[in-house]
Amino acid sequence: MNTIAQPSSTAQPSTATEIANAGKTSTARTLVELRGVSKRFVKTLDLAEKAANLLGANVQEQVVRAVDKVDLTIAEGEVVGLVGESGCGKSTLGRIIAGILPQSEGTVAFRGRDVSALKGKDARDAALKIQMIFQDPYASLNPRMRVAEIIGEAPRHHGLVSAQGLDSYVEEVMLRVGLDPSFKRRYPHQFSGGQRQRIGIARALAVKPDFLVCDEAVAALDVSIQAQVLNLFMDLRSELGLTYLFISHDLGVVEHLSDRVAIMYLGRVVEMAATEELFAAPNHPYTQALLREVPRLDSRRRTFEPVKGEIPSPLSPPPGCHFHPRCPFAMDRCRTEQPALREVAPGRISACHLNDG
Amino acid sequence: MTAAVASPPATTLAATGTRVPQDTPALVVENLRTHFFTKAGVVKAVDDVSFSVNRGEILGLVGESGSGKTVTGFSILGLVDEPGRIVGGRILFNGEDIAGYGDDRMRNLRGKKIAMIFQDPMMTLNPVLRIDTQMVEAIQAHEKVSRADALARARDALGQVGIASPEERLHAYPHQFSGGMRQRVSIAIALINKPDLIVADEPTTALDVTIQGQILYEVQKLARGTRTALIWITHDLSVVAGLADKVCVMYAGRVVESGTVDEVLDRPLHPYTHGLIGSVPSQNNRGQPLRQIPGMTPSLLNLPAGCAFRTRCPRADKVCEVEPDLTSPLPNREIRCFHPHLEGAA
Repeated sequence: MNTIAQPSSTAQPSTATEIANAGKTSTARTLVELRGVSKRFVKTLDLAEKAANLLGANVQEQVVRAVDKVDLTIAEGEVVGLVGESGCGKSTLGRIIAGILPQSEGTVAFRGRDVSALKGKDARDAALKIQMIFQDPYASLNPRMRVAEIIGEAPRHHGLVSAQGLDSYVEEVMLRVGLDPSFKRRYPHQFSGGQRQRIGIARALAVKPDFLVCDEAVAALDVSIQAQVLNLFMDLRSELGLTYLFISHDLGVVEHLSDRVAIMYLGRVVEMAATEELFAAPNHPYTQALLREVPRLDSRRRTFEPVKGEIPSPLSPPPGCHFHPRCPFAMDRCRTEQPALREVAPGRISACHLNDG
Repeated sequence: MTAAVASPPATTLAATGTRVPQDTPALVVENLRTHFFTKAGVVKAVDDVSFSVNRGEILGLVGESGSGKTVTGFSILGLVDEPGRIVGGRILFNGEDIAGYGDDRMRNLRGKKIAMIFQDPMMTLNPVLRIDTQMVEAIQAHEKVSRADALARARDALGQVGIASPEERLHAYPHQFSGGMRQRVSIAIALINKPDLIVADEPTTALDVTIQGQILYEVQKLARGTRTALIWITHDLSVVAGLADKVCVMYAGRVVESGTVDEVLDRPLHPYTHGLIGSVPSQNNRGQPLRQIPGMTPSLLNLPAGCAFRTRCPRADKVCEVEPDLTSPLPNREIRCFHPHLEGAA
C-alpha cells in the first residue's frame, strides 16, 4: 500500500504543500489533499480515422484537459468554495475528489492515504466518508424508491445500522435535515425541489461522512428555498463537524459559506485565498472580472462593464495563460508562457505574470 | 409604416396608427386575471395584477417559481394557450386595449411592436434555419423591404448586440453559436423591428456570470438609447437591483409589493419582500444564518384563504384570513398586506 507520510500539514516544507495550503486559516489536520490532479477526456479515433491515418491523413486524437494539475488541501472542518464558469472543470474536480471519476494523473489523499491505492475495507470506508450532493434534485433520486429506501439503503448495506434499527435511524436522519419523518413512505415526485434536495442531503448524511462535496447544490432552488438549504448546510457543519467542498458558479453563495475560495478557469486554479481577502482585493484579472460582474442587491442601476469574449473551447485552449485573450492587461509574455501559481501574499496564491512586475 | 416610426421626438405611432402623446406609458396592465381551467380545478396563475411601464423604463418583475411572472409576460403577448385564458382586466399598449385582440391583430403586433426574449434562446431560434433566414423572415413578416435591405438591418442588429463579424455570423446555424451568443441573436431578433416594448423572461438565468454581465450591458444600453420599454422577468433580486428602475414583486399570482428599485430594496414593506431580501447572501451577513422564509411556495390549486403568504408569514394573524387590498402606505408604493414593515417610518 502506498501511504503518504503522516499528514501533519506543516511538516512538509515542499513548495507544493505551501501552494496547496494557501490561505488556510487554521492549523487543523489535513483531511483531503490533492497533488497534481489532472483529468483528460480523450476522444479516441474511430475505425475510419485510423484507416485514414494509415493512408497518411494524420488525424489527431482530441484531448480535453478538463482538470489540469490541480493542488488543493482541505483541512478538517473547513469549507472550501470552488468557483468557476461552465466548462472550467469544477464539477469534474469535485467528482474526482468524491471518487466517482478516476483522475488521469496525480493523487487524491484522504486522511493522508492515497485513495486509489486503498483496497477492500479501507477503500470502502474512505469512499463512505466522502459523499456528494448533486445539483439536480430531480435527476439524482431514484423515482421508483421510497424516501426511506433512498436514505436507508446505503447504511443498511454497509452494516452501519441493524435491520431493526433502520427505521428509527432513517427517521433520525430525516429530522436532522428538516424533513417530516411521516413522509418516509412517499416517493420523490411527491416532494418539492427544496425537499428533494434535503432528501439528497439525508442520503449523503446517512453513511456518516466526514466530507461533503456539494456540486451546485443550491443552484436549482428558488431564492427563499435556497436560503433554507444554505442555513441547513451551516447548521450541519456546526452540529456534525463536517467539511465541505462547495462547488458553485454563484459567488454570493460561496462568499457566504466558505472559509477559503479557489477560482478555476479552463481546468486550472488561477487564484486561491481566504474568502474575505479574496473578495476584498482579488489579485488575478479573471477574479477581478468575475467579482465585478456579480449582481448585488446594493449596487443599483449600475453601468455594467463586461469582460470581453467568451470562455474558449477546452479542446483548444489558448497557449500561455488561458485567460489572456480576454484579459485587459495581457502582455506578450502571457501569450506564450503559462504563469505559475505562486504565493503573492501570505496565504494567497495567484497565477498571473503581473505579479512578477 | 416604415422603420422611421421608432422614435419621432414628441409623439409616436401606436399600434392603431393614432398619435398618442409621448408621456403615455408604453404599457398599462390593469387588474389582469389569467386563469387555467384544468381538470384538477381553476389555477389562478395571474390574479388581479396591475402595473405600468413607461418608455425607456425598465421594470423588474420578480417572483419565485409559480408566482405567475412568466404567465403575466405571456398574457401581454397573447401567448397563453388552452386551458389558460385571460378572464379579466385590460392590457393597454400605447393606450389601446390589446387583451381582446384576435390572433391576426396580435400577430401584427408581436415581433413588430412587442417582442419577447425567452429564457431558452432555442425557443426563438429554429435549429434548422440559418440566422440570416430567420432574421430576414422576422423583418419581412411585418414590412415590405427587399432582401438586401433586410439583410443589412439584420447585420446591424447583430452588431448592436455585440456579435463580432456579424456579416459572417449571419450565415451560421444556431448550433454553431454558444449559449450566450444564441441569447444575443434572440435579443437581436427582438430588437430588429424596433419594438416599443420588450418582455424578457429570465434571459440570463442559464448563462455564466461574465456572459450575463455582457448581456445586461447590451440590454441596458439599448433600453436607454432607444427608449424602449422593458419588462425584465426574473427570480433574481440582485439582477433587478443593478438593472431596473421599478420593481413588482409577485407571489402566488398577485403583485404583493411595487415601487422604485431603491425604495423597495432599501425599505421592503411586505413581509415576503423582506424575507426574499434576507434570503440573498450578501457581504453584510457572511457566515451568519440567512433570514429565511419558512415553508414552501403553496400550490396555486390549493391556496390558503385570504392572504396567500399568511401560512409562511411571521406577522400573520386573524385579520389575514381576509384578502388584503392593494394599499399605498407611502407615496409611490403599493403593497397587499395588513401588517407591513412600517416601523420607524419617517
